[in-house]
Amino acid sequence: MTTLLDVDNLWVRFPNRTGVFDAVRGVSFSLGRERLGIVGESGSGKSLTGRAILRLIRSPGIVEAGHINLHGENLLEKSEAQMRKVRGEKISMVMQDPKFSLNPVMTVGDQIIEAYRLHAKASKAEAYKKSVEMLEAVSIRDADRVMKAYPHEMSGGMGQRIMIAMMLIPNPEILIADEPTSALDVSVQGQVLSIMDKLVKERGMGLIFISHDLNLVSQFCDRVLIMYAGRIVEVCEADKLHEAKHPYTQGLLGSLPRFDAPRDRLQVLTRDPAWREAPSVEARL
Amino acid sequence: MLGLLFVTFFIGRVMPIDPVLAVVGERATQDQYHAAYLELGLDRTLVVQFSYYVWDVIHGDFGMSLLTARPVSQDITRVFPATMELATIGIIFGIVLGVPLGVVAAVRRGSWIDQIARVVALVGYSMPIFWLGLMGLLLFYGILGWVGGPGRQGIFYEDTFPSVTGMILVDAALARDWGAFKDAFSHIVLPASLLGYYSLAYISRMTRSFMLEQLSAEYVTTARVKGMSEWAVVWRHAFRNIRVQLITVIALSYAGLLEGSVLTEIIFSWPGIGNYITTALLSADMNAVLGGTVVVGLIFVCLNIFSDLLYKIFDPRSK
Repeated sequence: MTTLLDVDNLWVRFPNRTGVFDAVRGVSFSLGRERLGIVGESGSGKSLTGRAILRLIRSPGIVEAGHINLHGENLLEKSEAQMRKVRGEKISMVMQDPKFSLNPVMTVGDQIIEAYRLHAKASKAEAYKKSVEMLEAVSIRDADRVMKAYPHEMSGGMGQRIMIAMMLIPNPEILIADEPTSALDVSVQGQVLSIMDKLVKERGMGLIFISHDLNLVSQFCDRVLIMYAGRIVEVCEADKLHEAKHPYTQGLLGSLPRFDAPRDRLQVLTRDPAWREAPSVEARL
Repeated sequence: MLGLLFVTFFIGRVMPIDPVLAVVGERATQDQYHAAYLELGLDRTLVVQFSYYVWDVIHGDFGMSLLTARPVSQDITRVFPATMELATIGIIFGIVLGVPLGVVAAVRRGSWIDQIARVVALVGYSMPIFWLGLMGLLLFYGILGWVGGPGRQGIFYEDTFPSVTGMILVDAALARDWGAFKDAFSHIVLPASLLGYYSLAYISRMTRSFMLEQLSAEYVTTARVKGMSEWAVVWRHAFRNIRVQLITVIALSYAGLLEGSVLTEIIFSWPGIGNYITTALLSADMNAVLGGTVVVGLIFVCLNIFSDLLYKIFDPRSK
């Protein structure tokens, strides 16, 4: 598999009064045209990893890495203006809750058209047509009406499909999905995921799927990174997640109820301080 | 509005001022006093007095001013345009400089620009306006001679053009009397920028905090992910979301200026409504005080309605 993205020894640091807090501590992985899941609990650094790739960590946060290569070009060496050409056009991101990630005072249409016209030279009419097509591609009926609507008039599932349409319209090669279904009802989750999956496959994109839902990730992804305290503790094939060796992963799995093997008491995760200090596992292809 | 009338009316009536004495003077005989007492309708009950008053107000009659011996309504049409002119230029000054300053301070949080904006606002908040006014007059009028002195215009230009709106700048422009316009401008520029500075301080601080709130919102990250420039993210996305809040702040500050800022008007001998109400109050001219208060209340109500209308335009969620 060809490598799209290669991240080498990524650190995200936040200086504070008492010193420096390392949120991501030396993470290395690569991504091909595949679905890569990143799982971990809150604060494990999974979201920051996604944002660091897009260089969206705001000051005072500091990003350090050996390199973040996209097709062999180091994103860290690019200027802000060059990065703007990468964002949206090459790498895009879908965020958690469409209620907050869509601008409340702009129509859906304006926001999608804007995303398209930032990267393609197109007239307004062309962009409008393209946007309607894209909305239809994410299974939105009545796209013309939705184009004129405001985000608050949309349901959560619709909002997230709009978000996906908006992020895929410039035809990026990599999509980072940061907990894209956590804010949705379970019944809508599957629908949104399958739409995303279909588009990612059709376009041969690479997907980084950030989630805290182990079951979801194991069903949906090809490969899974398990993060703990800013490091990768384990990498495995998604379908072999249940054979995971690291005690943290085993603990996480053990604390989930299972229909096929019901138990009276679920296991409680006991953390070993040594996990924090164990070196980060490389997750290269 | 009726509530406001009610409250001001009764405060006026229960104040330990004898309105009759204010009319007839201290050396009136008992008969004269009694005649005036009946004339003013003070023998009737308060409720009856109040209903007469409301009836008159609805017909635009605020009674006679004891001080100027003219109808209060006539006085107000004379003094209000003066304040309106001053306040409008002041608020424009405050918006034009305050909003961008606040936005930049928020975007470049913690930078030297933010620090300067902070100091500018702090000075605006905490300096007594009469002191700044006096110092301004001393420097720009007394020493440098760049601006006109107190008052609205030079004696030379008085009554040289027809008064249409009562706002000298507008009237002079309508009459195409550019000499008078320039003169009036040189008189208004100092008090207006003083008031403007005061509202700038408030507007810029509020803009900054509104913007900081919006800039940390997720949709701003979305806009960045799309590959937008920082400028476009700030103005097209974040700024659009603070317009409603900003309108409230601006409307309130404009209403405050329209009430007339007494201190500024006194220092610059500006014949505005603040000056008028204060003088009336100090000489127990209750009709004038009531009339002035009602007008100020009316302005507040109008501005509120106006800003509500703007909400509807700027925030799709309020429909």
